This record gives sequence, C-alpha cells and structure tokens, in this order.
Amino acid sequence: MTAIAVEKLSKRFGKKQALAGVDLTISEGEMVALIGASGSGKSTLMRHICGLERGDAGSIVRILGEVQQQDGKFGPKMRDLRGKTGVIFQQFNLVARLPVITNVLCGILGHISPWRGTFGIFTRAEKRAAIESLARVGIGEVAWQRASTLSGGQQQRAAIARTLLQRSKILLADEPIASLDPASARRVMDVLADINRTDKLTVLVSLHQVEYARVYCPRTIALRDGKVVYDGPSDALSDDFLTELYGSASEELVLPQRLPVKSSAGKAPASSTSGARQGRELVPA
Amino acid sequence: MSTTSDVATAETARGQSASHDVNAGRDWSRSLWNLVILAGVIAALAISWGPAEMGRWTYLFTDSANMAEYASGFLRPDFTDWRYYLHEMIVTVQIAVWGTFLSLIVSIPFGILCAHNMVPWWVLHPCRRLMDFFRAIHEVVWAVLFVVAVGLGPFAGVMALFIHNTGIMAKLFSEAVESIDPRPVEGIRSTGATRIQEVVFGVVPQVMPLWVSYTLYRLETNVRTATILGVIGAGGIGQVMFESIRGFYYPQASAILIIVVATVVVIDLLSQQLRKFVT
Repeated sequence: MTAIAVEKLSKRFGKKQALAGVDLTISEGEMVALIGASGSGKSTLMRHICGLERGDAGSIVRILGEVQQQDGKFGPKMRDLRGKTGVIFQQFNLVARLPVITNVLCGILGHISPWRGTFGIFTRAEKRAAIESLARVGIGEVAWQRASTLSGGQQQRAAIARTLLQRSKILLADEPIASLDPASARRVMDVLADINRTDKLTVLVSLHQVEYARVYCPRTIALRDGKVVYDGPSDALSDDFLTELYGSASEELVLPQRLPVKSSAGKAPASSTSGARQGRELVPA
Repeated sequence: MSTTSDVATAETARGQSASHDVNAGRDWSRSLWNLVILAGVIAALAISWGPAEMGRWTYLFTDSANMAEYASGFLRPDFTDWRYYLHEMIVTVQIAVWGTFLSLIVSIPFGILCAHNMVPWWVLHPCRRLMDFFRAIHEVVWAVLFVVAVGLGPFAGVMALFIHNTGIMAKLFSEAVESIDPRPVEGIRSTGATRIQEVVFGVVPQVMPLWVSYTLYRLETNVRTATILGVIGAGGIGQVMFESIRGFYYPQASAILIIVVATVVVIDLLSQQLRKFVT
C-alpha cells in the first residue's frame, strides 16, 4: 500500500517557486532519503507532507490513501492524518520548559479524548508507555527533566519518542541530524533505521549529507530548485552524478566530514554495499 | 529642510558607490526614514511646548518656598489612628486582589485571541478593538460608571479595575504570545492535537514566566490605582487620605502616605519572591 503519494505539488512563496510540480510515491515500510542543497525545497516538501503547509492549486497529497490536501485545502481527515504522520524537526521543536515526559505524552493527544488531553490528564499506563518509548531511544532516565536541559542529540531522541507514542504509520524527519555532532547524528540515524525495521514505519528523512543516505536509506529522492531530479537506489548516486546534478552546490552535499560509519555499518540496513561504495568513492574526492 | 539635504547626501553617496563598493546594496531609504522619524519626534515636542505650558518651568525655582511650606505639614506624621488606616489599607489591597484576579481570568483567552500569530484577522481585530475600548477609558471613569450601577463602595472599585486592567493585561499577554518560538507549537500540531491543545502545551509553557511577571506588576499598579479610586468613593485608604488632605490634616495624610508606600514596597518584595518561585 502507498504511504505517501504526492501529485503535482507546487508552492510559491512570493517570487520564489519553492516547489515546482513534485510527483512522488513512497510505499509502506520504505526508508527513503530526501537530499538536496540548501533552498532546494526539501523542508517545504516535508512541511506539505506532514500537513503544516498547503500547496498551490492543482497539488494533491495523499497519506495512506486518504486525501490530506488538495488545491490548497486540507481534507476532512487532516487532524487524523497528522496523528498518523509523526514528524521530527531539525530544531527538535520540543517545548523547552516542559518536562521531557510531558513533551512525549503530547504524542497521544490525537488518540485520547480532547477534554482529557486539553487538561493534561494522562493515565498511569500512558505515562509508563511514554517512559518506555524514551527507554527505547536510550534516554529513559531523563523523563522528568525539563526538555531544555537535554543535549541536542537527546532532544532529538525525545522527539522520536514522541512520534513512537503517537503510534504513527509514517515518520517524517526534516533534517534531523543537521544540528548534531557526528556521534549523536549516527545514534539518531540508528534509532530511525531501527524503527523502520522493527516497527515497520515508513520513514522519509531529509538529509544534507549524502553519506548518511547511502548508509541508511536504500532509496534516495533528490531535489533541485523544487523539482525531483533523481529518484532511485542510493547506491547509484555517485559523487560524479551529484556534481552533475548540483554543480558547485554539490560540495555541501558530498564533502562534509567523513562519516564515522564503520561502527554502525553492521546495524544499518543496506549498509554493507553502500558502506563499501562510500569508502571507495571518497578516496579520490 | 533636513530631508532635502539628506537626499542630496544620499545621491552623492550612490554616485561614489561605483568606485567604493562599501555602500553597495545599502538601503538608503532606511537611513532617511530614521531621520524623518527623529524630525517627527522633535516636531511633536515643539508643538506641544506651548499648550502644555512648559514655559512655566521657572516657577519651580522662583516659587519653591510655597512648596516647602506645604510639604512641612507632612513632616510630622500622626500615627494615632494607625489601626484604622491599616484596616482601610487592607481593604484597598483586597479591592486590587479581586480586580487583578478577575482580569487575569479574562485576559488569558483574550491574550490568545489578540495575538496575530494565533487567530485569523476577523477574530483578531474585533478582540483588539474591544480591549482598546476597555483600556482607553480610565479606571476613574469606569469607577464613576459602576458607582452609578452598583452604588458607592469597594465593589465599584473592583469592577473598574477589572475592566480597565483586562484591556491592559490582554495586550501585554498577547505581545508575549506574539514573541513565542513557533516551532514547538508546530511540533505539538504535528501530533494531531486540537487548536486548544496547541495553545495549552505549545504556547502557555512558553509565555508563563512573562504572564506571571505581568500579572504581579499589574497587581502592584492596581494597589496604587485602588488608592485613587477611594477618592471618588470606592472605599479603602484613598477615601480616608482624601478626607484628611481636604480637611488640612497633613500629619494624618502623611501617616497614610507612609502606609501606602510601605504596602507597595511589601507587595513588590513578595512578588519578586513569587516570580523566582514560578520561573
């Protein structure tokens, strides 16, 4: 079954055409990378798929077969579909002054009665589930700390815990590792890959660095100037091809620090081939 | 005058920019606007000088002896009736407490409804205009209106503080809401939360420290205002003070003033402690 179907999605912000007729289909259970240089439309596309932004006339976004938005209008099942698509953001988007556990508990707001949710009355079982999902991402011990006291990597994992509690079918990650150091970045990507594998969540992750796409995602979609310019196996994305696609802009995609993949290579899916590939191709570059 | 010369400077500078690139891309209209605004402020001050009778400032020095004579009456405060004064002072504080509390309850929803990042314009503008109306009319005027409706006494004072203060607090609250970080709110929205839940979990935690501090500050202000409301018949210490000033009982008036000042200081100290506790 299709998890995400985007048809002719266009979006103009003033003079800037952010998205120009994007078409893409992602099946359930896939883990897909979305790459592109700054300003290529990755974030805008993500924000449309998770229902925080509305496209221009002619655009359609379907989530799990239901119309989420069409011609710039949200469909009737909007809130329900938002609940089914968990999102994590580059800046984590946690509420800094609330305890981590409350941030995580916000994940079930879409599932419980609106009154109970509004007054923040959560059952013991729900709190236990929140702590379990924090433990799942490796930070069970920080549950009652304020979110602001966590490191970047911990905050991002707390955000993932929120989407786990949300029991979403799709996980959208908008530049989840762009603000993290390499070790934290790898841990976050490992968690995403694990969720994809064990919970069968469809994961769409936008990345700045192609190296991570090659290691963690079997399929890559590349954007340039708001258009899909590549959609296929991540293995086939050679550095030469990237240079051809992005010209001088490809430097920011390819050149960043060498990915310390070796330790995680065994865990990540499709990593044996791409890891080797990356090792081979990086040497001349 | 300054405007034309400034345009001239702007043009010479633009001519030079071909050779010296430092000003390339500089927006001269901004600098010009700054000058226009400065000129406007100076003009407003100049126009207002006469009507405000600012020319009488010399009297501050030539007739200062009158002031000294008047003030000397206040030098020997008479605390004989301190129990009575204290009782009335507490009534004034109680008026302020209820006035602030009622306006706090109403300002929370209106603070959200008056924030441009929370509601569409057709909600925003009616709410803001209503708050403008509450705020534009002074507490004293509201108190006179309520005295007519509910009779002389503290309750009229409570209602006057409530209405006027709602206008002020809703504005302060909405400004805090407008300056929040939108990203955590989007984080909550992305979970499928309702609009009200977005406010409860995404907005309120962010604005809480500012809202608490505004409320405590307004409580302080309301104690002072409640004193004045006593003058027009809303009860409390103000009424007593006004009567003693009108009857030339300066030593008593002086004692009352000292009690008012001491009360405001105590409230300030208490609210500082509360603020520390909440944030």
